[in-house]
This record gives sequence, C-alpha cells and structure tokens, in this order.
Amino acid sequence: MKSLAELKAIRDKMQSQVSVRTEADENTIRVVVGMATCGIAAGARPVLQELSDLVQEEKLQNVKVTQTGCIGICQYEPIVEVFEPGKEKVTYIKMTAEKADRVFAQHLREGKVVTEYTIGAATTMK
Amino acid sequence: MFRSHVMVCGGTGCSSSGSHKLIENFEKEIQAAGLETEVKVVQTGCFGLCELGPIVIIYPEATFYSRVQEGDVKRIVSEHLLKGRPVKELLYDETVAAGLDTIKSLDETTFYKKQVRIALKNCGVINPELIDEYIAYDGYEALGKVLTEMTPEDVIKVILDSGLRGRGGAGFPTGLKWKFAAANAADQKYVCCNADEGDPGAFMDRSVLEGDPHVVLEAMAIAGYAIGASKGYIYVRAEYPIAVKRLEIAIGQAREYGLLGENIFETGFNFDVEIKLGAGAFVCGEETALMTSIEGKRGEPRPRPPFPALKGLWAKPTILNNVETYANIPQIILKGAEWFASMGTEKSKGTKVFALGGKIKNTGLVEIPMGTTLRTIIEEIGGGIPNGKKFKAAQTGGPSGGCIPAEHLDVPIDYDNLTAIGSMMGSGGLIVMDEDNCMVDIAKFFLEFTVEESCGKCSPCRIGTKRLYEMLEKITSGKGTLEDLDKMEELCYHIKANSLCGLGQTAPNPILSTLRYFREEYIAHVVDKTCPAGVCKDLMRYTIDPDKCRGCTACARVCPVKAITGKVKEAHIIDQSKCIKCGACMSTCKFDAISKK
Repeated sequence: MKSLAELKAIRDKMQSQVSVRTEADENTIRVVVGMATCGIAAGARPVLQELSDLVQEEKLQNVKVTQTGCIGICQYEPIVEVFEPGKEKVTYIKMTAEKADRVFAQHLREGKVVTEYTIGAATTMK
Repeated sequence: MFRSHVMVCGGTGCSSSGSHKLIENFEKEIQAAGLETEVKVVQTGCFGLCELGPIVIIYPEATFYSRVQEGDVKRIVSEHLLKGRPVKELLYDETVAAGLDTIKSLDETTFYKKQVRIALKNCGVINPELIDEYIAYDGYEALGKVLTEMTPEDVIKVILDSGLRGRGGAGFPTGLKWKFAAANAADQKYVCCNADEGDPGAFMDRSVLEGDPHVVLEAMAIAGYAIGASKGYIYVRAEYPIAVKRLEIAIGQAREYGLLGENIFETGFNFDVEIKLGAGAFVCGEETALMTSIEGKRGEPRPRPPFPALKGLWAKPTILNNVETYANIPQIILKGAEWFASMGTEKSKGTKVFALGGKIKNTGLVEIPMGTTLRTIIEEIGGGIPNGKKFKAAQTGGPSGGCIPAEHLDVPIDYDNLTAIGSMMGSGGLIVMDEDNCMVDIAKFFLEFTVEESCGKCSPCRIGTKRLYEMLEKITSGKGTLEDLDKMEELCYHIKANSLCGLGQTAPNPILSTLRYFREEYIAHVVDKTCPAGVCKDLMRYTIDPDKCRGCTACARVCPVKAITGKVKEAHIIDQSKCIKCGACMSTCKFDAISKK
C-alpha cells in the first residue's frame, strides 16, 4: 500500500464485514428471522442469510438482523419480523430470498412496508 | 458475508483456561452443522472479565457466554447459531437474571456499563492478528492524517492540549516529553515503548499488546513523525509470549502494507520498529535502565539529568512512553484534543485502565474515566467483595504505591488525588483487600519483591530495602518494639531521598502508607503480639476449648508434629512450643472446639 486512497479502500471493504459486531441502540431497527425447526424446514436459512448479507453489503448501520426460535405460527414460516423504534411490529410471512430483497430495498432502506407480504394481507385475502 | 460472528477470547487469561481448544471445537461443530458460510469464528484479545473466562461473545445479538467448556460448544452451535435459541444456562448470570424479559447484551451489564473504552477500544472487538480488521476500525487513519495534513508542531500541540499524561505511573505530560525531544536536534532520534510491565497484578499493557498490537505501532510512528525519529524499539518482557507473537505478526503485516518502512504514504517519512525482549527484571521498567538494557548492557539505571529527551538511547534524543499511553494517541489525533480533554478531572484527562485483582468478584481489566471513585470501581464494576467480607483497603501502584483505606473510597481517582492520599496511580494495578488481609504482611510482601528486584547499583536501595524487610520480619514474628517502628519510618524517608532511581525512591511507599492508615495494626503486632487479621503465623495460637472437646482424638491423629496430647474422651491440649500452625487440627475438628487467635 502506498496511498491514503488504498487505505480507505481496505477500510470500506472491511467495515461492512465487521458491522455485525456493533451493539444495537435505541434507534436500531431489529429484523428477526424465525429459525426454529419449522422455519428452517420452510426455508428460513437462505432468507436470514440474504437479509444479513444485504444489510452488511449496503452498510445499513441502523439495522440488525438476528434470529429467534419458533414464533408460534408455523404454517406461515419462514417469518420475518421487523421492529422499528416507535412503530408497530411488521410481520412478513412465507418469505423467500427474493422477497427478502424487496423487503430490504423498500422497507429497510426506504421505510415503506411491503404490504402484500405481510400477515395482514394474507388473512384479509382469505 | 457472515450473518454471525463468534468471538472467542484469546488473551492470556482465557488461553490458559483453554480458549484455543474452544476455537477448534467451534470451527469443527460449525462445519458439522453446515454453517461454515454463515457463521465465522474470530479469535480476539481480552474482553476484561477474566474471572469468567473463557469468554465467548456472539454477534449480532452480543450475547455473553461465560466459563465456556469444550463440551458446551456443540450445544451453542446447534441451539444458538442454528436455531436462534441462546443457551441460557451457559450465559453470564447477570444477562439472564430473573425478571428480565430479554437477554441483556454485553454493553448492558454492570461490568461494562460504566466503562469508557479508549485504550481498550479494539480489545475483544477485532482479531489482533489481522491488520485489515484494525483498519476497519479506523486503523492507521490517524497516521495518514498526521503525515498528510499536519506538521510535527501541530501533532505535539494536539497531544499537549489533550492533557494526556504518562500511563506508566508517574504521569508526566506526554506532549511535553515529545516537545523536549523534538527541540533537540540530532542526526538520529528514537521512539521507545515501555512494555516491561512488572507490577505484581498489573496486566493492562499485556492486554493491549495481545488485543490490539497495531495501535502501538501506529502511535509510535506518529511519535516518530512528531519528534523527527525514524527508528522505534518496543521493550517487552519475554514472559509475554502471546503479546510478543502478535506484535511480530503486526510488524510483519504493517511492513507488508508499507505502513512501516520507507516513504510511508508517499510522504518521504521513514519509520520502522524493532522488538527487544526483556528478561523480566523489574528495574528495567525504569526508563534509563530500560534504555541501557536495549543497548545490550546490564539493565541498571543512571542518574538524570541528562533526561532521555536530550540523551537517551545511544546518547541520542529519545522518548519513552508506556503501552497504554500510546494506545490513546491515534484517537486523540482523529477526534481532537478537546474530545479527550472533555473526559476526566482538571489535571488528569481521559481514562485509565485498571487491573482489578485480590478480594473482588470480577477480577479483570476495566477502563474508566479519570475521576471515577474507587467505590464505583470496586462495588459496581468489580461486583464487590466475595463471601460478604468487609472492605479493608485497596492497593494501587504496586510496589511503588500504597494502600487506600475505606475512608477514602469516595475520592475521585486521578494522579494528584492518589498522591495526596499517600498512594499513586502507578501502572494501574488495583488489589482489593478485605478484613482477612494483614496490612503488615502486605507491606512485607511488597518489600520482599523490591529486595529481590533492587538492581544493587546504589546502596540506599540495595541495603535499605533489605533492612526494612528485616524489620518487618521482626514485627510479624512478634519480636518488634515500638522503637523499631520509629526507626523503620526514619529509614523509609532516607531511602526515598537518596535512591538513584524510581524503584528505590518509591520502594518504602507500601510501608509508609500502611503506617499512616493502619498504624494500630503495627502496634497490635508489636505491643499485644497479635495479628488482628490472623495472617502472621508466628503470632497465632491454636487452642482447644476444653468444654467443647469430646476427646475424639481426631486432631491428635492429624497433627503432623504430634503437638496435641490427651486421653480418649478427655479434653486435648496443644503444645504451643511444638505447634507449627498448619491449621490441620482446626479443619479436622467436628465439634468446633479449636479456635485460632
């Protein structure tokens, strides 16, 4: 390495790789993926990985992607819950990695809930 | 990208309780669960709570597993990492205490909550063997800033304005040291790092070197630029193998990246660092002895002046700073002098790392803002004294420091306050003592250390400390007189006034401070011939209460010197002239008939 620009390039690349090591604070948006047996069987692992990758790659420092056990509505797995400070919890159901891309782009980055994937949309449709 | 990082402490404390094996196990189990592309294992430096090691922290949740054993790894992987269910019974007690609806994260625990981590910022956060991780946390940015945007005078001004004082113990303003060395013109100057941590119980420098070695290299290069030096030496003791290994790796990586060597950041600035291993002599922590040792000679101090800033290593202008001092430098450069000066007290800025030890629940490393009280450190961060015992004193400053009694628990800790109450900051060892500790015995312990470590060059220290030790032995064996106390005190002041270096000048401090605050304990030894804490063996008597003794003969059978006599079913007697005070009879007696006084 010879220049400051190269140092900065390494820093930018590495910062996203270590961003999971910061602790949540009161402004953090928590994204929780159900990873019990039901969730994993329905395909939660790629969903979790996709969300985690996107948040790190795009450096959304106010978002934490974590996992939890069984949420209790196994028929709707894979489930992703989004907790925004001061807002109602949003529950996305029957998620896939592709749907996760859209939740990331619209909800986590732009703050617009993807209504059609939520549990509310599924129950009103029936 | 990994969705989860498993941080396993690889500091000396956790390594000795088997953390390397844990890392292997985690890697194996993660592989077996097919999680190797989702979860990463990271070896870190010290987290600070050494008492509970080996420590494992799992991100993103920041869950805190303590005392993790090899056999626990499989469960953590299959439950927590795969299924998102933290294994509660393996978590640190406080994070899963009753009444909590969620698991507390690392930063929310009482141990960490009141800490402010500057020198220890990266310890437990990065893998110290990867330079890229250091760079991720703004590593070498301060060096870049200094070389491209600041003049050496600017750098010295920032350090001066920050109010940073030497963390090795004496508390000399760091900026002033640099200013003096910069002002002395020479064809070659040197930057040295004192990593010869020798106080019993102190291990903050070791932890910084083990957990964040690059911060020292970066700060030394900054110092080199500020004073006009191109060469640095780190003097570290050979008893710190992990620290030495990580420093070697760090130096290799920094050279490879061009962050040490020639023409750094294409600015024409050259700087390189070499490690010198010390053989563990305490006196080599004294600056002139340290430099004499680097030169390849016997590590003995020499009179000052001339000070190292004028004539140091190989008679060239040299600065010598402690590891923890350096660990503050890059952040002061990046965040500014005002930021640093906003923390602490009027004359002691920033934070200080303390190594907590002795009679305290949370043995380990803590970093607190200057001005925090001893009470906060001991009762809150340290978790108090175990077994419901009463606090008696805290020893700071190691063999050069003194004991602080309970009446001063609320004094805000800084350099000047500690000196005013007869102790000193020292390098940051903090040993807590309870009612079971004898203060005369503590003074004797430290004097035994200084007698052993005195280099012998000057007679006040060589002969004086030995005489002091003999007087203490006389007192603890019950042969002392009140006159001895006066003589001892007088000798203390002579040694302080006439010794060549800091070792001798401060060696009597443990005696003077215990005499000041615990004189009645000395008097009990001398006049009443008793040791109130029940520590000094020669003053102890084991006696059998004839009313309680059933004559079971258990004590007589266990006594190794046959000092106990008596007939079966009759009260036994201990022959005090034979008794070696081993205590075996007392722990054997089922009827609580034997007491120690």
